[in-house]
Amino acid sequence: MSSVADAPAGGRDLCLTGLRKEYPNGFVAVQSLDLEIPRGSFFALLGPSGCGKTTTLRMVAGLETVTAGSITIGDQDITHEKPYRRPVNTVFQNYALFPHLSISENVAFGMRRRGVKDVKGPVADILELTELTEQANKRPAQLSGGQQQRVALARALINRPEVLLLDEPLGALDLKLRRAMQLELKRIQTEVGLTFVHVTHDQEEAMTMADTIAVMNAGVIEQLGSPTELYENPATTFVANFLGQSNLIGGSVVGVEGGADGQVKVDMEGTVVSIPVERAHTANTVGTKGWVGVRPEKVLIAPAGEPIDAPGNHMTGAVIVDSSFIGVSTQYVVRMPWGREMLAFEQNTGARGVLAPGTKVDVSWRPEFAFLLDSSQDIDAGLGEA
Amino acid sequence: MSFVRRNLVLLLGLLVLVYMYIPNVIVALMSFNDSSHARNLYRFQSFTWDNWLHPCRPDGMCAAVGKSVEIGLLATLVATVLGTLAAFALVRHRFHGRGSMNIVLFLPMASPEIVMGSSLLALFVATGFGGRLGFWTILIAHVMFCLSFVVITVRSRLAGLDANLEQAAMDLYATEFQTFWRVTFPLVFPGILGAALLAFSLSFDDFIITNLNAGQTVTFPMFVWGAAQRGVPMQVNVVGTVMFLIAIAVVVSGEVLSRRRAKGLVA
Repeated sequence: MSSVADAPAGGRDLCLTGLRKEYPNGFVAVQSLDLEIPRGSFFALLGPSGCGKTTTLRMVAGLETVTAGSITIGDQDITHEKPYRRPVNTVFQNYALFPHLSISENVAFGMRRRGVKDVKGPVADILELTELTEQANKRPAQLSGGQQQRVALARALINRPEVLLLDEPLGALDLKLRRAMQLELKRIQTEVGLTFVHVTHDQEEAMTMADTIAVMNAGVIEQLGSPTELYENPATTFVANFLGQSNLIGGSVVGVEGGADGQVKVDMEGTVVSIPVERAHTANTVGTKGWVGVRPEKVLIAPAGEPIDAPGNHMTGAVIVDSSFIGVSTQYVVRMPWGREMLAFEQNTGARGVLAPGTKVDVSWRPEFAFLLDSSQDIDAGLGEA
Repeated sequence: MSFVRRNLVLLLGLLVLVYMYIPNVIVALMSFNDSSHARNLYRFQSFTWDNWLHPCRPDGMCAAVGKSVEIGLLATLVATVLGTLAAFALVRHRFHGRGSMNIVLFLPMASPEIVMGSSLLALFVATGFGGRLGFWTILIAHVMFCLSFVVITVRSRLAGLDANLEQAAMDLYATEFQTFWRVTFPLVFPGILGAALLAFSLSFDDFIITNLNAGQTVTFPMFVWGAAQRGVPMQVNVVGTVMFLIAIAVVVSGEVLSRRRAKGLVA
């Protein structure tokens, strides 16, 4: 328990090196994971169910044994430490509140086990922070889902762990409450300044809260970066499809212009489009096949012949097959001349009415918004898994 | 007529309750029966406090009650401890023969008492204890048939316990030992208590198995059986009423406690 008391204020970095989990039946849940989570950051592990994100979290908490690799906090190796000797606390998916204890006793549980004599003050403070003061003497079963969630958070936070692990903490709440709690969690994290590692399958939740997101799939990290980086410049088809939506169109490289900040020219079904080199995640040699990707809201459409405010990557001969008005925007499904469909989201600025299905349109996007992915990857990876 | 139709379920329910509790009411009434001059012991003659004031008057009855309580408490203790440990093993650990263990535990509950009693007797005789039947052989028999009930009761409570709770405790700096005493045990305790009460009542009123393995020892059910051939002394009704009242008190206080607990009134 000395490990908890001696921890320097503000915490240390959490480092996972070559972390691997293989179950006795041979199933590999996590394959050689390398992660460095800086102290004080809000880090999200995002992925579909069964991708190994919860297993990773449980290994950090000490609730799952490690097959290979190591977990360190600062220079302290906790790979094989007992759960109660680690300076980390967990908010469980189903909260796991002790049903036989009052809310204040639930919250005081960790401090009491560490031998802290005076728990009243800290308990009152944390109940205040999580707006639970009036529930202090109730039992968990008497609280609503949102309140229980806050108790679980308070029970972990009061111990000032160096790393707080959150396992789908908002999964059981309804949409509206979830949105409110996302902001609440972010506020609390900023206030207490602890490292939060948040596991979720909800890409919107991850993007709303996290500074850094690691997208996990089938036991490996597909891509790591800030929400903007991941969204604007996905490196794999899985990330492109799992995080938001993407149009992916087959093409092959016909030339490269310039150096590191140059353009890759890709022949896409007869139209040559250009993609910045730093957004091309393929071998940029002539003849390389790849998926040209562009986010639906970056795709601009206009009735055939009318000007579009986007230089380059201009395509004609497309037809609207479906349009759905959803208030802030209109979502179009457009059939391209080569037969495949593309999505285009248009902001309802009022400049133009909704275009009816059957309308012939021109399609365009700014080259700097496109990205190029390896053609050996499954074009449908990550679809329908969230 | 329409009143009957509207309250049919309620009336039927009341009838069933009356049917269930009439024997207990009769027993309670008969405990106040003055039978000193009666020819027919099963008819109410006149009211008296005498049976309640001198419950131990019939020869050997109180000794038999004492013997039953003694055996009941001991059998309950042993069966509850062993059964609880077995239930933990069955729920928490994956070991070889776990499936067949479940069936083996269930069998004593399903087999007729007369079969169990006689096979136990055969066992005792075969192993040379035939001449020493008595307190210890009764105790062994009672522990044996109580055990299955304890395991089943505790197991179901334990199976309903969220394993995450123990992990949460460990995550909150509780050692294995603290986790057990602070979280697991308090949550499983109602199941263990229920199992113990069940075991005691099973042991206290068992006649068939006990009778076959008792030797010269006389338990309360055996005393009643023996007395019934001559006419049951009215004091038996006193014991019966007391037992019934204790049972009701236990059930009611358990219910009150769990309701207050649910309302969060008990810290």
